[in-house]
Amino acid sequence: MTGLPDAAIVTQLAPPTERRRRGPGDRPLRRFVGLVVPPIALFIVLVLLVELVVVAAGIPPFVLASPSAIWDQLVQYAPQVLQATLVTGLNALIGLVIGAVIGVLLAIIASFIRAIDGMLVPIVAAVAVVPIVALAPVLYTMFGSTSEVARIIIASIAAFVPVFLNTLRGLRQVRPVHRDLMRSYAATPRQETRAVTIPSALPHFFTGLRIASSLAVISALVAEYFGGPRQGLGSAITTAAASSAYARAWAFVIGAILLGLVFFALTSLIERIASRHR
Amino acid sequence: MSSQAPTAAPDPTPAADATEAVVARGVERIFHGAKGATVTALTGIELTVHDGEFVSLIGPSGCGKSTLLRLIADLDEPTAGDIRVFGRTARQARIDQAYGIAFQQAGLLPWRSVAANIELPLQLHGVGASARRARVAELVDLVGLADFAKHYPDQLSGGMQQRVAIARSLAESPRLLLMDEPFGALDEMTRERMQTELLRIRAETGAAVVFVTHSIPEAVYLSDRVVVMSPRPGRITDEIDVRLGEAAERGEDLREDTAFFEGVTAVREALHGPQASTAGAARGVDVR
Repeated sequence: MTGLPDAAIVTQLAPPTERRRRGPGDRPLRRFVGLVVPPIALFIVLVLLVELVVVAAGIPPFVLASPSAIWDQLVQYAPQVLQATLVTGLNALIGLVIGAVIGVLLAIIASFIRAIDGMLVPIVAAVAVVPIVALAPVLYTMFGSTSEVARIIIASIAAFVPVFLNTLRGLRQVRPVHRDLMRSYAATPRQETRAVTIPSALPHFFTGLRIASSLAVISALVAEYFGGPRQGLGSAITTAAASSAYARAWAFVIGAILLGLVFFALTSLIERIASRHR
Repeated sequence: MSSQAPTAAPDPTPAADATEAVVARGVERIFHGAKGATVTALTGIELTVHDGEFVSLIGPSGCGKSTLLRLIADLDEPTAGDIRVFGRTARQARIDQAYGIAFQQAGLLPWRSVAANIELPLQLHGVGASARRARVAELVDLVGLADFAKHYPDQLSGGMQQRVAIARSLAESPRLLLMDEPFGALDEMTRERMQTELLRIRAETGAAVVFVTHSIPEAVYLSDRVVVMSPRPGRITDEIDVRLGEAAERGEDLREDTAFFEGVTAVREALHGPQASTAGAARGVDVR
């Protein structure tokens, strides 16, 4: 509720289309700048500070690589960083999709059948606290050390948990007044599901997906530390660090940060779009 | 106060009842709480609402007025007794869409625009897209929201949301409107304007209305008849004919009319006993 006055008054004041979104959203560009510039400015200051400290104090690169050295490596190894980012990103994406699909399907089943709900939720809670990446060595021996399957499985298990829990919660968020309304319309269960239950659950699903996206990237990346093919970001970071190329290791870390940001930003955007008008 | 109505009430002359909007006979509703505790929400309810009549149910919290409305709407079932809506069982009437309903919360679907909210019942019941559009256009005009059809509920004030809910309840031109404190959450000015609008809409549609409220002036201003209820156990204690004139002729002036004050006094005395009104103020019940 935006506290608009009543129709009669508003129509006298201005055409309604001009009054649709008031408040801070009035000037999106200015709001965007106000939101984005301060953290970036802080980041730049911090980077310069680190550079200054590293150079002035003569800190050795294996303790802390200077930002300028990292930047040099990033530029020099840009194709490799991009390649590694794509490999890890694809694993994370496939894992996220599989985990989300299974999470939604199981949430729907659990919301319909109470007995299954009682069986499933404790198991999922148990899965949530197991360090999934610890399964990596076991899965590598199961699927062979040249396959990406193990990493995809790890990413999908990590993504499954938040999607399942949030979707299940969302499916139970239908307001009583909406249920009454559907009953008064003598709506069939199918109509009620389409008109009320799914739209009520969607924002919760997307919240789960946003949380899952970060977990999928982290899991796919960390799983590479334990073996398997050597094309991804995790492998590149360990390789560089093992050969004392610390600035290059950091360059790949920056690739990982950017990958995580892309996943997070995209899913956040979808979540925001789905949560409009709530 | 105990009701002797058997669970399966003898069918009360359906032919005669078919012309009445609502007939409740010996209705009782007992809620079973935890640890075997029972709450008698309603007992011995005898109520008839004629076709086209505006009846308010008034009483303090816990008198079962909302429960009675939910029973008429078949959102809940009576423990004993029989409810007929246009001669049909409450359940059949719900399935046949014999009534429209509005709640205290507007209960709009926030992800649907105003127009899409209003057409929801039509859509669920398979009305074609062009017929729906035409009907929505009529309804947004009726409730004065023609410029807001494409807006979303979160862009509307509380009063406007409630108007959308009323338009939605009217979508299928029901002969009976059930309203559960639809203006309860609105501020006083909006509330009075909405009451006047409701009278106009009701005059245009000619529908019978069962209106739950805890406001004495609201009940008197709107109704042909005010049904006074009392709690523990919920029951009907009095009925007062108001009849301040045809709905269409009731204007804002009526609020300052002697007949209006007499109606308010009559309802207040029915709620509290005569001493309450000589004391000058009613306690426990909203006097807005």
